[in-house]
Amino acid sequence: MSWTHLPGAPTFSIRFDGEPVTAVPGQTVAAALWAAGVRSWRATRGAGAPRGLFCGIGACFDCLVTVDGVPDQRACLVPARPDQQVTSR
Amino acid sequence: MNHDVAVVGAGPAGLATAVTAARAGCRVALLDSAPRLGGQFWRHGASESSGREHQAWSVFAALRADLLDSEVDYTAAAAVWFVESTPDGFRLQVTGHPPVRARRLVVATGAYDRALPFPGWDLPGVVTPGAAQALLKGSGVAVGARVVVAGAGPFLLPVATGLLAAGARVAGVYEAGEPLRYARRPGAIALGKLAEAARYAATLARHRVPYRTGHAVVAAHGESAVSSVEVGRLDRHGAVVSGSRRSIGCDAVTVGYGFTPQLELPLALGCGTWLDVDGSLVLEVDVAGRTTVPGVYAAGEVTGVGGADLALTEGRLVGAVVALASGRRSPYPDSVLTRMLDRRASQRRFARLMHEVHAPPAGWPSWLDDSTLVCRCEEVPLARVRAAVTDLGATDARTVRGLCRTGMGWCQGRTCGYATAALTARLGGRALTAADLVAYARRPIAQPVPLAELAGPADQSGGKRYRPA
Ligand SMILES: Cc1cc2nc3c(=O)[nH]c(=O)nc-3n(C[C@H](O)[C@H](O)[C@H](O)COP(=O)(O)OP(=O)(O)OC[C@H]3O[C@@H](n4cnc5c(N)ncnc54)[C@H](O)[C@@H]3O)c2cc1C
Ligand code: FES
Repeated sequence: MSWTHLPGAPTFSIRFDGEPVTAVPGQTVAAALWAAGVRSWRATRGAGAPRGLFCGIGACFDCLVTVDGVPDQRACLVPARPDQQVTSR
Repeated sequence: MNHDVAVVGAGPAGLATAVTAARAGCRVALLDSAPRLGGQFWRHGASESSGREHQAWSVFAALRADLLDSEVDYTAAAAVWFVESTPDGFRLQVTGHPPVRARRLVVATGAYDRALPFPGWDLPGVVTPGAAQALLKGSGVAVGARVVVAGAGPFLLPVATGLLAAGARVAGVYEAGEPLRYARRPGAIALGKLAEAARYAATLARHRVPYRTGHAVVAAHGESAVSSVEVGRLDRHGAVVSGSRRSIGCDAVTVGYGFTPQLELPLALGCGTWLDVDGSLVLEVDVAGRTTVPGVYAAGEVTGVGGADLALTEGRLVGAVVALASGRRSPYPDSVLTRMLDRRASQRRFARLMHEVHAPPAGWPSWLDDSTLVCRCEEVPLARVRAAVTDLGATDARTVRGLCRTGMGWCQGRTCGYATAALTARLGGRALTAADLVAYARRPIAQPVPLAELAGPADQSGGKRYRPA
């Protein structure tokens, strides 16, 4: 597919709600989740509707997620790091 | 250290400003919240090879080389969340870094996609074109396997061809505007732009991607994520022509109608704004890039959305202007400056034409139903905004904001600001004004900031007066 999926590109694992998800250096948490087929990682307060990526650059705050215990991080901005624990909310 | 100038934003505009001012001998601080240089246009991944498919990558490579060669004090991952004027200039509060002081400030903070609501736009898999582009350029991930690209503006074309190059299928490009109108003003378009458009068109044709003008995505459907969209033909007023709706299967859709400049910092300083022809709130600047506040300059999308070429021209100009204002020699001979001013004027003319051709369709509110969310964060449906205006008598955007909580959630109106302000004006039977947009664009804190930093050392006097939203 695209350049990060070239054979031989180094990869590592992050954890999403305990499950391993593959990531590539330089990718954001949102991108790693998206590449793994995850489309939402948050439910809205009112309707409980699923939300994931929308603006992709930190403006909309739809993609909020808990990273290594720190809540309300924007998944589209936070770089993926080996062994990171990502939890949906 | 005290700098002659602090430049906020390291996209085409800010990079060009910083390099130019430094070449003239200025002490420059360059700050960007992103981990890498290049802004939206030259967003790239961790590996150098990720830049190869970018437009004008060689221009970026040269600017970056100049920057590395210069004395510019560049800080990555440095979000400026507060700025205040001091007796000798400005002090910037930067997340994770000590405050930066400078005599002059250049705002080059760019823009983000402008979204219009429609039924289903809050489903996962519905994203902005910029999100698809950022996902691809920054992280190498295609937003979907079968993608619909829609909205308005020339930006839809690189989004579609980028997805094709990454191996995705593009189920169609639906442009709400009428690009044929460009043909009526042939003189306004640079040859380079025509060649670029022709290249995109050829790529779409080669992949048999349908390209429809005067069409829009007016609804998205799906359970836990989008699985299809409804596309409709628009009449002269932007309403859907009856009987023209049809359904297209997809696993992602990108929808965006131009861009919204990022103005928190200059608004906090009191810089004047005006309503540009595309309906965006933009900074009022003179020909030299000076805002209405002494010492504050602006370049790029913040002065009016016009794309990367214009942002570069403005950056080079403002870099020279701040150098002169700082008592340095001009980095260019006058003849070069004159040519740059000419180029800027013609690029602005083109941007104007672009805005006329790709204006957001006036009839977009007719696509919504009562339950369509206008504000995604606070989950405010159209019915509530309408009731605020028609039942409660709110006439201005600020009052609607107070009554409905539109723009009071996490994004602070970045996403819904334009739509809510435009709706308020429309429901009240009047035209959109700059004041409507200012009501959703003023944010005391430009970027989220950890509480510890807000409550931080006594020196950070700006801190304690504000609560995080
Ligand atoms: C998501 C997205 C993708 C785009 N992709 C393309 C494309 O592929 N092709 C194209 O032709 N055009 C694209 N554009 C249009 C783009 O606006 C212009 O091409 C060009 O990048 C504008 O240059 P600029 O320097 O004015 O702003 P930008 O390139 O947007 O640069 C602004 C910079 O300021 C930084 N910044 C903003 N606020 C702060 C703050 N408070 N503190 C610190 N730093 C801050 C941002 O991180 C950013 O790097 C895109 C726009 C968006 C929003
Ligand atoms: S997707 Fe908008 S902030 Fe992350």
